[in-house]
Amino acid sequence: MLAAIFDLNSPDHYLHWGFILISLANFLVVIAMLVLFVLALTVPFVHDRRRHRSVGPGSQGHTRALSTETSESVTPVGPSHARADLGDPFGSEHALWTTRLRRLWLRWLPPEKLLPDSQPAYVASWIYVFGVLTLAGLVVAIASGAVLALEGPIWWHESSVGLFVNSLHMWSVECFMAFMAIHLWGKFWMASWRGKRALTWMTGAVAFLVSVFEAFTGYLSQTNFDSQWIAFESKDAMNGAGLGAFFNTMNFGQALMLHIVFVPLVLVAIVGIHIVMVRLRGVSHPIEAHPEHLEPAGTNGTGAVSTRSSGLEGSGGTAPHLAESIVDATGAQL
Amino acid sequence: MRERRREDASTWRGPVRRYDILKEATIAIVVVLVLTVSLAVLFSSPDVAPVTLQAWASAQPKGFTEIALRELEDTSTSATYGPPYNHGTGFLQQFYGVSIQHAIGVTDPIDPARAFVLDPLDTVTGQPRLTSALDRYAAAPRATRTAWLHSYGKAIAAARLAGPSLEVPSAHYGPVGEMLGAFLGMARSGGLDAELVEHAPFYVTNYTNPILFLGDSAVAQPNSYWNEIVSAQHLQGTQWGMMNETGSWPGQPWLWLYTMWYQVEPMRTSHNGDLEVIVIMTVLSLGLVFVPFIPGLRDLPRMVPIHRLVWKSYYRTRRQETPGTTNGPAEPT
Ligand code: HEM
Repeated sequence: MLAAIFDLNSPDHYLHWGFILISLANFLVVIAMLVLFVLALTVPFVHDRRRHRSVGPGSQGHTRALSTETSESVTPVGPSHARADLGDPFGSEHALWTTRLRRLWLRWLPPEKLLPDSQPAYVASWIYVFGVLTLAGLVVAIASGAVLALEGPIWWHESSVGLFVNSLHMWSVECFMAFMAIHLWGKFWMASWRGKRALTWMTGAVAFLVSVFEAFTGYLSQTNFDSQWIAFESKDAMNGAGLGAFFNTMNFGQALMLHIVFVPLVLVAIVGIHIVMVRLRGVSHPIEAHPEHLEPAGTNGTGAVSTRSSGLEGSGGTAPHLAESIVDATGAQL
Repeated sequence: MRERRREDASTWRGPVRRYDILKEATIAIVVVLVLTVSLAVLFSSPDVAPVTLQAWASAQPKGFTEIALRELEDTSTSATYGPPYNHGTGFLQQFYGVSIQHAIGVTDPIDPARAFVLDPLDTVTGQPRLTSALDRYAAAPRATRTAWLHSYGKAIAAARLAGPSLEVPSAHYGPVGEMLGAFLGMARSGGLDAELVEHAPFYVTNYTNPILFLGDSAVAQPNSYWNEIVSAQHLQGTQWGMMNETGSWPGQPWLWLYTMWYQVEPMRTSHNGDLEVIVIMTVLSLGLVFVPFIPGLRDLPRMVPIHRLVWKSYYRTRRQETPGTTNGPAEPT
C-alpha cells in the first residue's frame, strides 16, 4: 500500500446493470482475461518448419514417427524398448530438453535399478534395514503432521483425538530420529561413501541436520510451556550468530510456517536425492571384497549391480559364476 | 590407493539374492505404524500449559513489579540486550572480534519501557487517577523520572502484600506507584497477556514481547516464577535442558552434543558462549557432511573391524569359496 505508485485505498467505482453489480477493478480483470482468450485463439502461432513430422492415421508410438523432412538425422529404431525410449524421433542432434532428460534418466537409472528385484548377497544384516525404517518414520511423521495441520495448531490441546494424533506425531519423530542415528552409525562403520558414493553420504548428513532443525521448529510450534521456554532460551544462540534478524524463535507464526511448509519441502527434496543416489550407485561393497566379485567400473560408470535376477534364491552362497551368467544374459543392454 | 578406489566403484559381479524393494518398504511402514501407535497408546505425549503473565503476577506480585520497574528504568535484560532489538551490549556476542550480530544490527527494534509497560497502560480507560499519573510521568523531565524510579526501587524492598495489591511504603516516587499498581492489577486480571502480543488485539501469531518480558524475570531473578517451574522440569541450560522434555517423556536426545558444549569451559561462563557453541557445532556439522574427504576419519572404519560384523556371512563364504586366491588383498581374519 505504502510503496505503491497508484494508491488504491480510495473507494472503487462500481458498475451497475440491472441486478449485476461489479467493481471497476474486477471488471477490468475480466476484460483483460477475455482479451487474452481472444488473442490466444486468433494470433498466428510460431512456426518451426524443420521440426514437422507426419504421423499416419492410427499411429500411436513415436517409433513410427520419422518422416521425410528429418530423414537425414533419423535415429535407427530397434526392437528393444530401451532403444525406443532413448531415441529422439526428431533426430538426436536437435534433441528436445524433455528427450534428453528422458534419455539421461534411462541411462543412469533404468527401471530395473530404480525398482530392483535383486541385490548383492552380502546385504545380509539388520543394519541395512535402518535406512528404510528411517524413511518409514519420515512417512508416518509427515502423515500424522498432516492430520494435525488439517485441524490447526490449537486443536490438540482441546481434543482427545487431537492429543492422540499429536502423540503419534511425537513418537514417529522419536522413531525417525533414532532410526536415522542408527542408520548413520551403520553407514559410517561400513564406510559406505566408498566408490563414488560421497554424495549419498553427504545428502544423508544434510538430511540429518535439516531434520534437527525441523524438529526444533516443531518444538517451537507446540503452543505450550515447552515451546515458550525453548523460544526464549534458543533466541540467544540465533541472535548471537546473527540469525535472529531472519528467524525469530518467539514469532510463533514464523516457526509454524517453517515447520509445516518450508523445512519439510527441503527435507523431502534432500531425502529424495539421497534415495535416488542409493538406487543409482547401489550399496557399497564389503571392505576388501574378493576381486573376482568386482568388475572395474566402466560401461555405465555408475558402479552398481546391474543384474536382473531370474528366480535366484537368496542364499548368500550362490556361486560367483552363476551370478555372472545372469549378468551376461540380462545386463548387456546397457 | 587408486586401485582400491576403482574397486570400490566397480560393478558387483558376485553372488546376488532376490529382493523385493516394495515389499520391504511396505513392511517397514507397517512396523513403524505399529510401533508408533503402541507408543502413543502407552505413553501419550506431554502438554504442559504455557505460563501466563497473569499467573506470574498472581504468584509473585513483588517480583513481577520489580521487573516492570526495571523495564521503565531501561535496565532489564531486554532493554540492554543489543541487536536485533536495540543498541545495547548485554547479549552482543563476538568471536575473535567478529560479530555478525553487530554487523546486521537492529532489525526488530523493541523499546521495552514503551512496549511492555507504558503502551499497555495507555490502553486502560475509566481510571482517571492512572491517566493523570501517566500524563504526569510523560511530561516529567528525564532526571525527575529517574529519581522517581530510583526511590520506588528502594521503597519496594519493604513492600507487603495486602489482598490483591502490593503495599509499597510511600516515598517520593511521584506517579510511579499509581502506574505500577495499575500495571500489576492489569496483569493479575489477565488483560496484559492479550495486550502484549504483537498486532493485538486480533489475529495474533507473534509472541516476542510477552516472552521477552517474562524472560527478563528468568534472567534477573533466580527464583522467579518461571525459573522455578523450568528448573523443576530440568529444562535449564545448566541442566542439559535442551535435550529434555517436561514430565518423563523423551525430548531431543539428538541435541546432546550441542547442549554438552554449554556445560564445559570456556563456553560455560563465557559472555560469547552461544556463539562459541554455534561455531563449534558448525565446524563439526561440516565435518560430518565431509567425512568421505577427511583423511584419517574416513579411514577409521577400515581399521576398526565393525564392518566384519556387518558382512560376516560374506567373509565366511568368501573364505570357503576361494581358498587359492593369490592376487587379491589380504584376507580379513
Ligand atoms: C531422512 C533421513 C534418511 C533416510 C530416509 C535415509 C534412507 C536411506 C535408505 C532407504 C538407504 C538404502 C538402504 C540402506 O542401505 O540402509 C540409505 C542408504 C544410505 N544412507 Fe541414508 N537415509 C537418511 C539419512 C542418512 C544419514 C544421516 C546418513 C549419513 C550421514 C546416510 C547415509 C547413507 C549412505 C552412505 C547410504 C548408502 C548405503 C550403502 O552404500 O551401503 N543416510 N539411506
